[in-house]
Amino acid sequence: MFGRLTLSQVPYDNLVVGTAFIFAAVLGLVIVGSLTYYRKWGWLYTEWLTTIDHKRIGIMYGIVGTVMLFRGFVDAIMMRTQQVMAAGPLSHGYLGAEHGYLPPYHYDQIYGSHGTIMLIFAATPILAGFMNYLVPLQIGARDMAFPYLNALAFWMTAVGAALTMVSLFVGDFSHAGWVGLAPLTELPYSPDVGVDYWSWALQIGSIGTTIGAVNIIATIIKMRAPGMTWMRMSLFTWTSLTTNVIGLTAFPVLGVAIGLLSLDRYLGTHFYTTGLGGNFMLYTNLFWIWGHPEVYFIILPSWGMMSEIIPTFSEKKLFGYPVMVAATMSIGCISWTVWLHHFFTMGAGPVVNAFYSIATMLVAIPTGVKVFDWALTMVRGRLTFTTPMLWAVSAIFMQIIGGWTGMMLAIPAINYMTHNSVFVIAHFHCVVMVTVFASIGGATFWFPKMFGFTLDERSGKWVFWLLVGGSFIVFTAMFMLGLTGMPRRLAYVPYATWWPLLAIEEIGIFVDIAALAAFIWQITVSIRDRNSNLAGRDPWGTARSLEWLTHSPVPDYNFAVIPHINARDEAAWRREHHLDHIMPTEYSDIEMPVNTPVPMFIGACTAAFGFAMIWRIWWLAIASLVTIFVIVIFRSFGGTTGTTIPGSEVRRMERLAARGPERRPDRLVPGAVTAFNAGAAE
Amino acid sequence: MSKGMDWGLHDPLPGDKPILWAESDHEHDMMSTRMLGFWLYMLSDSLVFAALFTAYEVLSFPMSFAGGPTPRDVASPLYGYAETIVLFTSVLAYGMVMVNLKAERVRPAMLWLSLSLVVGLAFIGMEVHELQGIAAAGGPPQRSGFLSIFWAVVVVHGIHLAIGLLWMVVMFFQIARDGFTLMVTYRLANLKVYWLYQGLIWTFVYTFVYLRGSI
Repeated sequence: MFGRLTLSQVPYDNLVVGTAFIFAAVLGLVIVGSLTYYRKWGWLYTEWLTTIDHKRIGIMYGIVGTVMLFRGFVDAIMMRTQQVMAAGPLSHGYLGAEHGYLPPYHYDQIYGSHGTIMLIFAATPILAGFMNYLVPLQIGARDMAFPYLNALAFWMTAVGAALTMVSLFVGDFSHAGWVGLAPLTELPYSPDVGVDYWSWALQIGSIGTTIGAVNIIATIIKMRAPGMTWMRMSLFTWTSLTTNVIGLTAFPVLGVAIGLLSLDRYLGTHFYTTGLGGNFMLYTNLFWIWGHPEVYFIILPSWGMMSEIIPTFSEKKLFGYPVMVAATMSIGCISWTVWLHHFFTMGAGPVVNAFYSIATMLVAIPTGVKVFDWALTMVRGRLTFTTPMLWAVSAIFMQIIGGWTGMMLAIPAINYMTHNSVFVIAHFHCVVMVTVFASIGGATFWFPKMFGFTLDERSGKWVFWLLVGGSFIVFTAMFMLGLTGMPRRLAYVPYATWWPLLAIEEIGIFVDIAALAAFIWQITVSIRDRNSNLAGRDPWGTARSLEWLTHSPVPDYNFAVIPHINARDEAAWRREHHLDHIMPTEYSDIEMPVNTPVPMFIGACTAAFGFAMIWRIWWLAIASLVTIFVIVIFRSFGGTTGTTIPGSEVRRMERLAARGPERRPDRLVPGAVTAFNAGAAE
Repeated sequence: MSKGMDWGLHDPLPGDKPILWAESDHEHDMMSTRMLGFWLYMLSDSLVFAALFTAYEVLSFPMSFAGGPTPRDVASPLYGYAETIVLFTSVLAYGMVMVNLKAERVRPAMLWLSLSLVVGLAFIGMEVHELQGIAAAGGPPQRSGFLSIFWAVVVVHGIHLAIGLLWMVVMFFQIARDGFTLMVTYRLANLKVYWLYQGLIWTFVYTFVYLRGSI
């Protein structure tokens, strides 16, 4: 009846997991309790869960990504703490572990989930959230090309993240790293459900990313406002386009790589087995054909955000815009030709290694172009070091460190020496930190656009210095450990001489924890003081791209009248020519699609399907798959429904909003249109 | 005013009456947007098949046969040729659906759609028959790495076809109920892309699996 799922699969006797469970249960009860107490369930359902508004979907992506970011961060703390406790043969053991406090099998699951979560369920959703929110606004569109698919993509991602979280409390997670090393992931070596959790979470999440990529590419190509030529698109839109071309072409390969692995596990085929004709290097190749472009999937939108923030706070247009566009597109192309550098040591021979070495080094050219362009944007600019600017500038420094060490690793000779050492880990964490820094900068930068008030600057600077300081401490020590030969993925560090550097890493991690505390404080303070920090259309005063022409927070219809685009930095162009206060004279009716619970239902069925497949509950898997087909077909027979906001109502809302943030009516927040349709606006 | 490519290098100066707002909330072309979206999906699907064909090449070396059946033993180019004819007949019949859509003839379109559906089903039947024979002759997918990928390529293509056939059934009822509404037209046009594409993929399957396997 329940496949392999038995009560003994719940690790209630594990103190570490038990603590996490109590924490999650308390948090869940607080959320459910407060939603019930404040009677917000209906609001949550009508305004958020069933929404197909790209802005709200973007914010929901951000929430899922941020929650997963915290989870991944906790994994990181646990790993570093384990290593500092388990260094040397004389190190003590606690909680049943021989050294440190985590038995190796548990530790292995933690690094597997840390990597999977950070890349797939934290970075990817957070960036997808930014792209969802900003791309339609930056090209002057009312909505995405396919709003309903957009919601579906979000729910697929959320289901993937949810399955990863469920693995914490029911069963195991993969102990084979986020790359799912074959043949370790084959059934004889991993008989538990851990690998199945990993593979289904990734499979479902990547379907979401692929659908989202179709949507964003189609939106950018087809939905641009009149006058928005290709060379007037803001750089974030360009990087979103490139990133989603990568998403569209790379994620299907991941689907095949993991799908064949699942066939091996479920049906006993021999794609990657060690016997009967399987070839596990096939897995490694397929995985990294996705895996390396995925690295650029994560970095490109971050560069886009930096390219928006730096000109805004330099009060100059972006230096070398056409070159930046060319660099972005060429990085997208090169990303496809470098995957083999992930296994230089497999014995491919000098010709193959040389090809991939050179291809990898080629990435440095467009990346260098970008760094110089950001620097030259700042030269002779009127710089203001607000928190977004600080984050963007520090991201450049991280980019330089990550890039330099990347060039070192691109040389096969050095790679043989540092292969599978923590030097590699330090390198790619520096690169991923670019995304973290740029995303926090971007979140601070666009926060007033999303929520209508600015974040607290003072505490934001605390977050900045603590996180940047902590990260530099951790990764400097890690580079040194790597160069002295410490391998990655160690649950027990046999060599006690490494202890001082491990301790420095632990100190850095504690500084990062302080940064997290400062971040929570920043959010609390900002929400408390929101009425004194209300934002107008352009709270920074120097913003450049199109989204700053509409109100903060953005009304459901984005732009009351679609703007005609005259210049690349339209907002700056209008401001510089004193045209920014000219409002449209006529408002016409606006057609909007209505919310639908269908994507959420499909998401629920997918979650049931994934869970059933993991535990081999066949009846539930078949039932949920059939239900998905029935829902899709049933919906196709209904007509699509829309609603119309009358021009007079648009005029009324615009007039109210034009009086400035201090006089803004309470209803002009996301949801005003829904309220209007319910008759509440009178 | 022909300026060639606008590189956006120089932002224009505003004229006396700068155009700041679009004249109307212009309707964007949903037909082309939907077609583009579907083509993009097809691109992602191409990558699925590209990965599968790559895996087929990798697992076609003798060591992947693991002493079991070789490509010669499982792939019959003549049977595959018959399958090709059947599948392309279905594709041709679907082409006739589109001809009748353009001429706005509902009943002939439904007739051709049913023909495409029935012939497509016949293809699936032939494929199932063939795979049953291979399994019975000692070639189930669990036998060797080569057979695993052989089955994967053929079955993944077959599943795509089955989904296309289900789509045809749905479209049959939607045409019957609504006629050629805008929504039905979108879907028929995308189904055309899908069905022709599956025919195209079959040419790759036939070339790489059946023809090359026979030499």
